Amino acid sequence: MPTLPPKKEIFLTGLWKDNPVLRQILGICSTLAVTNLMVNTLVMDVGLIFTVCMSSLTVSLLRRYTPMRIRMMVQTLIIASYVIIVDIMIRAYLPDISEALGPYVALIITNCIIMGRCEAFARHNPPVASFIDGLGMSLGYSLVLIAIAFIREPLGFGSLLGFRVMPESFVQWTVMIMAPGAFFTLGIMVWILKYFRPQKGEEKG
Amino acid sequence: MEYINPMTLFFAAIFTNNILLTNFLGLCPFLSMSRQKKSALGMGAAVVFVMASTTALNNLVHYKILVPLGLEHFRFIVFIVVIAAFVQLVEMTVERFFPSLYFVLGIFLPLITVNCAIFGASLFMVIRRYDFVQSLAYGAGSGIGWMLAIIAISAIREKLQKTAKLPRGLEGPAITLIITGLLALAFLAFSGMIRVQ
Repeated sequence: MPTLPPKKEIFLTGLWKDNPVLRQILGICSTLAVTNLMVNTLVMDVGLIFTVCMSSLTVSLLRRYTPMRIRMMVQTLIIASYVIIVDIMIRAYLPDISEALGPYVALIITNCIIMGRCEAFARHNPPVASFIDGLGMSLGYSLVLIAIAFIREPLGFGSLLGFRVMPESFVQWTVMIMAPGAFFTLGIMVWILKYFRPQKGEEKG
Repeated sequence: MEYINPMTLFFAAIFTNNILLTNFLGLCPFLSMSRQKKSALGMGAAVVFVMASTTALNNLVHYKILVPLGLEHFRFIVFIVVIAAFVQLVEMTVERFFPSLYFVLGIFLPLITVNCAIFGASLFMVIRRYDFVQSLAYGAGSGIGWMLAIIAISAIREKLQKTAKLPRGLEGPAITLIITGLLALAFLAFSGMIRVQ
């Protein structure tokens, strides 16, 4: 068994060095869909953090008992069970936001970050390390979502968390709350990051 | 909610409510598979077929099995399993009876299970309460819309690769996202045509 890097290292890798959204370009479907309002973003983040941590933990605990051939199916079922819990909780306590998020809560199941972490990390490593890895990755994901919402909501609605932050004379950029604005924001963020910190093994595209 | 003609729904799903450009679904395979036109075409064709079939199938499963039994809470798990099983079945059938087709589509089929657009289409179908015919039209339309977008992007990327000199850091995913944004902007021009949600 290879030696594990220290816990802090695992945490920071997910949070920043290998940030799932900006570095690995994973799980961006929901990244773009929920970031037009900060409130939706925060709820989505909490749901995702819970799901990633718990499924990494569960997959890691079951890693010795899961047959190799059906592990994908097992992982999907574990993830889906946690997402159902999140969905029921959000529907019970925050019905308005549940309405606004629509199918995107359920789409956490097919969010590649979770599956990716289970495949790449949790199924070879002990539970505590897996949990921390999940926490780092999901916090990294959340930070990017919050950053995008922080750009889109003020420009698109002139508000932040529902409070007005832009001056009255500010003309709202409607395009920012629609699909193209989301693509532009994320594209530019990825560009800026890659400009300052080029990746090893650069791909051409 | 008023009844929407399936034909209207079909065209709305392609143009005004394109599942990729307005709902952001299926972006992961979209970014990774759009490097070449040929693979984009294969992936797109596989998505059209699977999305139309699974959306209709999940509609039957939801209204004929889950609702009567009061098991709606489990629909996420059931949908995922239906999609995975269907893809597996199609893969085996195609491999057995149409080897030449398998050669073209084969490698794309397993990837489809994790394509969130497929799962998303089933979820939208439940939220918007489509009946069977509407689901079929919506699934087929969404699939074609997704295919249209990935083919357009892959053609642009192929050209870019040959001719453009991009600034540092912009190559790869960044420029693809920005081009997709422009494409989404172009598709907004259709939005006055039909109004579905």
